Amino acid sequence: MADQIKIRAQIQGEITDIRVLMQHPMETGQRKDERGQTLAMHFIQAFTVSLNGKPLIDGQLNTSISKNPLFAFKARGIKPGDKLAVAWTDNLGDKRQDEITIA
Amino acid sequence: MLELRRKLLKGGSALLLSPLIGSGLLTPTALLAAEWNRNAFTARSINDALKAYAGSGATESRDIVISAPEIAENGAKVEIDISSNLPNTRTLAVFADKNPMPLCASLDFSGTALPYVRVQLKLAETTRIRAVAKTADGKTYIAFREVKVTLGGCGG
Repeated sequence: MADQIKIRAQIQGEITDIRVLMQHPMETGQRKDERGQTLAMHFIQAFTVSLNGKPLIDGQLNTSISKNPLFAFKARGIKPGDKLAVAWTDNLGDKRQDEITIA
Repeated sequence: MLELRRKLLKGGSALLLSPLIGSGLLTPTALLAAEWNRNAFTARSINDALKAYAGSGATESRDIVISAPEIAENGAKVEIDISSNLPNTRTLAVFADKNPMPLCASLDFSGTALPYVRVQLKLAETTRIRAVAKTADGKTYIAFREVKVTLGGCGG
């Protein structure tokens, strides 16, 4: 089971700063372990940030995104009580989805 | 056992899974919301990646702002901010010219999302970063920025 996605939102007047931390090895397929075996590619290919069930951001990623990547976004008009959800899918078919309610 | 698993992951997974796809147990569309742009993401040169992404004829624009460290000591995590002041920006993509696969990420904005992203990249070596913006009217714009990398973040 993949680790929890950490979602933070900070309302700054009209604009809200959204930060998303996805815990994932983001293995490139180019690194080798101590025995010289290539470590298989394992990375998040797609993710979605949605507000009250409607998409805000759809992202597609490559292996060149850092391990445990942190993303920041901005959106307008988010209010306390709104639900912000993030879901990702990786190249091996693993998935994870988490949701927060804006304080 | 581990060896076998590596082999399966490397070469065999497509073969093993293909009967499942045929039988409808695994449908590719169910795996990803939007189809992963394989041609653009796996392109090995910046020109091929731009072509596959349909970003080849992009107009250079000062309305795309890239902020990045001038010198990155650790190529494994380089934080880049990209924002677009172009009206109706729908998509932002980031490319690193010298990476083995230059297209790093593509982001579609909808609803009340602003065309802004902060992303953490692995950079193989000192490289030019390109940000490509697509607007609602189908036009493509591009901006550049150089980042010096002291220690590469791809191999190991």
